[in-house]
Amino acid sequence: MFVARSIAADHKDLIHDVSFDFHGRRMATCSSDQSVKVWDKSESGEWHCTASWKTHSGSVWRVTWAHPEFGQVLASCSFDRTAAVWEEIVGESNDKLRGQSHWVKRTTLVDSRTSVTDVKFAPKHMGLMLATCSADGIVRIYEAPDVMNLSQWSLQHEISCKLSCSCISWNPSSSRAHAPMIAVGSDDSSPNAMAKVQIFEYNENTRKYAKAETLLTVTDPVHDIAFAPNLGRSFHILAIATKDVRIFTLKPVRKELTSSGGPTKFEIHIVAQFDNHNSQVWRVSWNITGTVLASSGDDGCVRLWKGNSSVEELLLYVDTLEFSLRNVNSEIF
Amino acid sequence: MEEFDGEPTVTWIPGVNSQKKQMCFDWGPGEMLVCETSFNKKEKSEMVAGCPFIHIIRKDIDVYSKILRKLFNESHGIFVGLQRIEEELTGKSRKAQLVRVSKNYRSVIRACMEEMHQFAVADKDSAIGRQFSSQVSILSAMELIWNLCEILFIEVAPAGPLLLYLLDWVRLHVCEVDSLSADVLGSENPSKHESFWNLVTTLVLQGRLDEARQMLSKEADSNPTSAGMCRVLGDLMRTMPILSPGNTQTLTELELRWQHWHEECERHLQDGTFASNPHLESLCKVLLGDDAALLEHKELLSNWYHFLVTRLLYSQPTVKPMDLHLYAQSSLDLFLGGESSPEPLDNILMAAFEFDIHQVIKECSIALSNWWFVAHLTDLLDHCKLLQSHNLYFGSNMREFLLLEYASGLFAHHSLWQLGVDYCDHCPELGRVSLELHIERIPLTTEQKALKVLRVCEQRQMTEQVRSICKVLAMKAVRNNRLGSALSWSIRAKDAAFATLVSDRFLRDYCERGCFSDLDLIDNLGPAMMLSDRLTFLGKYREFHRLYGEKCFVDAASLLLSLMTSQIAPRSFWMTLLTDALPLLEQKQVIFSAEQTYELLRCLEDLTSGRPLCGEPDAQQLQDDDIETTKVEILRLALARNLARSVIKEGSLEGS
Repeated sequence: MFVARSIAADHKDLIHDVSFDFHGRRMATCSSDQSVKVWDKSESGEWHCTASWKTHSGSVWRVTWAHPEFGQVLASCSFDRTAAVWEEIVGESNDKLRGQSHWVKRTTLVDSRTSVTDVKFAPKHMGLMLATCSADGIVRIYEAPDVMNLSQWSLQHEISCKLSCSCISWNPSSSRAHAPMIAVGSDDSSPNAMAKVQIFEYNENTRKYAKAETLLTVTDPVHDIAFAPNLGRSFHILAIATKDVRIFTLKPVRKELTSSGGPTKFEIHIVAQFDNHNSQVWRVSWNITGTVLASSGDDGCVRLWKGNSSVEELLLYVDTLEFSLRNVNSEIF
Repeated sequence: MEEFDGEPTVTWIPGVNSQKKQMCFDWGPGEMLVCETSFNKKEKSEMVAGCPFIHIIRKDIDVYSKILRKLFNESHGIFVGLQRIEEELTGKSRKAQLVRVSKNYRSVIRACMEEMHQFAVADKDSAIGRQFSSQVSILSAMELIWNLCEILFIEVAPAGPLLLYLLDWVRLHVCEVDSLSADVLGSENPSKHESFWNLVTTLVLQGRLDEARQMLSKEADSNPTSAGMCRVLGDLMRTMPILSPGNTQTLTELELRWQHWHEECERHLQDGTFASNPHLESLCKVLLGDDAALLEHKELLSNWYHFLVTRLLYSQPTVKPMDLHLYAQSSLDLFLGGESSPEPLDNILMAAFEFDIHQVIKECSIALSNWWFVAHLTDLLDHCKLLQSHNLYFGSNMREFLLLEYASGLFAHHSLWQLGVDYCDHCPELGRVSLELHIERIPLTTEQKALKVLRVCEQRQMTEQVRSICKVLAMKAVRNNRLGSALSWSIRAKDAAFATLVSDRFLRDYCERGCFSDLDLIDNLGPAMMLSDRLTFLGKYREFHRLYGEKCFVDAASLLLSLMTSQIAPRSFWMTLLTDALPLLEQKQVIFSAEQTYELLRCLEDLTSGRPLCGEPDAQQLQDDDIETTKVEILRLALARNLARSVIKEGSLEGS
């Protein structure tokens, strides 16, 4: 069913994140050895490491690609309390022959006072924007107004989450019906069991992000969070990696004609909860169309969860029908 | 809340260290990356022995890709053809046409199966060979299921013909009768061959009574004592009433005749006609549809659905479609005999016998790892108007869902993506948005591929995708300093802002090098020039140079001036333009009129006035830079001289 190929990563320490670029022909890895490596896939399907460089003075937790509309751009975040933006420079012809490329740092984002745990670019229709979250409980949103000048980034928003943050996810929907939205997960294990998933929405009038929802039922530490790609649905789907895999739908409640000022209210439903990993779930990620969710846990498995019906059905039956996901024919052990 | 239909199959990644059990991963268009890691997020991590690996996981479909590609391509043709003829089909011809489509699909499956079988046989002992073998079995199962669905749902065979179709079905899929037959007949003394009776029994089980009779006659020839019995049995076989295609007798007539024949067989059994030959007696019992006798030949039957069809042949030949499931269930139970439980294939076939189409689709979706089968079958059944939309859990949207899941897999392939586009096109509700998502992700490895992709988008008015793809290409070109390419992509994207940016780079290039690159492109901009002011300026400026080169000085001069006065030229470029005017001012003949010269002077003053116009760097530079000052002075002198000459010229009479 599946075949696996392995390539030696050559990192000198643990790898914390792997990330495909938009087209799936390049990937980046980041490690506790403080470096990031970029790999390119050749015509024949072989992967070659085309760049490897020290990026931070601490473990690098996450690495992520910007949309190729902005060029070849990476962002990384680290235990050293910073996040950084990198751009590939087209090298000298010698380098090209040797199959190497250079990445230069365009900016360092130093506002956090603690380890920066996640960094994610916003959907491309929002421009060149990214969000970071830190153990100090603050989500920071930066923007580069001039796409051709990546050294100028300004801190646009600081969102205080009050709990140590571990992960963020932008809502990828580019529909004009939805305001920009970002979900934040917290792995704070302190006994004040506040809700560990918060959703913030951008308000056109106040020009600020305001809290729209808290998922009250999620009280265990959250390790990863991911909005599903939106195939023209009017509601959102959010996957959460916590002590199990959970999938929620958020259906915007139609705003009253009078109260156009506040953030959207959502009807929240949990549509799936899977504990097959029998352990903490650490990562969740959707495929391109949002029809399959992958999760990994302490059990050494990556599991694929497949929706068994067209999502449009879900819209009609979110109250009466259980969105039943099936653990599809694959565990990768 | 969740249902689990069957355990997931496990794929083992070789080399994964079972001590380090946590993994990070990422999805790609065609693959997944998986890497061992540790999520404890402590700064101090224990040094790992040995370097970590990155595992790249992809569906194993690639192993068979060359053969399957033909399947995908040909079935795509059938699919598109089906969508197109949809409107023209009515009444009886519709059903015939749909059956033909179904047979086409099946023949494509068979062709694929045979080709794969060649590979399996060639590579018998290797792992690859075994994989091919298992793939052949899967394809065989698919064809089995499809064939049954065709009989029950598309052909909608009524009682009578139904049995004939089922017989054909079994004969096609079960038992290698022909090779056995060749073996036996080819031997010296066929009736003494060790498999002789097996062969005869198999033929009877499959209702191939003529052939069975021929076998019996061989036995009669070589064994005179049984000749009489063989003849009797042979007669019984010959006279068994069966509905033949085109036969005009009614079902009732057939039933009546069959009943009489059945009684005659029963009489012979009771009379002990075949008592002295256990083989023949067993065959008689088979003809009577005796379950116990049939089950004695379990190995020859090899599966319960063969058992079912044989049972029906010899006990309920006029079985009605709606009664099938009863016999199917009992056949399955009897055949398995409580020793084993049904497998996925059995469940699928049972669901078909129960005419539960949705269950068939659901079970197939789970049992089969690729979407090809369910997608195409569901689409065909939908055309047969069999998927009721009021059953919304699996409504007509189920068809789209399956087709799009199948198409998703195609988009990951470097050339099959084009097939995926057609599947999306034929999904009116979700196809477009699915296509939008997928098409942007297609890696544009060559210009040709990019153009193909863009053509697909443009044909469907997917303007945002066109813009995005062109932007990605333009950005790539800019970073590689291929300005001409960048410009043409920006124009195609109708991206004014980026066109401005690239034009600026062109102009900067010109200032640095004194010449233009990509002249062809700029010269032939045409109406695209209007996309952005800067681009228009670039085009016009190049036109100025052309006019100058062709010695159309007056036109060149007017153009040059208009570039400044119409504000198309960026102020940063005015100095260059004025400097370009110098040779025109220095010409023997007067080119700039007095009025034009006044304009030029005004422009120069504008530039040099040092007005605090939001801190124009040019004004500052002009004041500070010696070279600039000299230029300005030269310009002033040239303009003054030209003014003088033009005034004189215009003040004089013509011809002087």
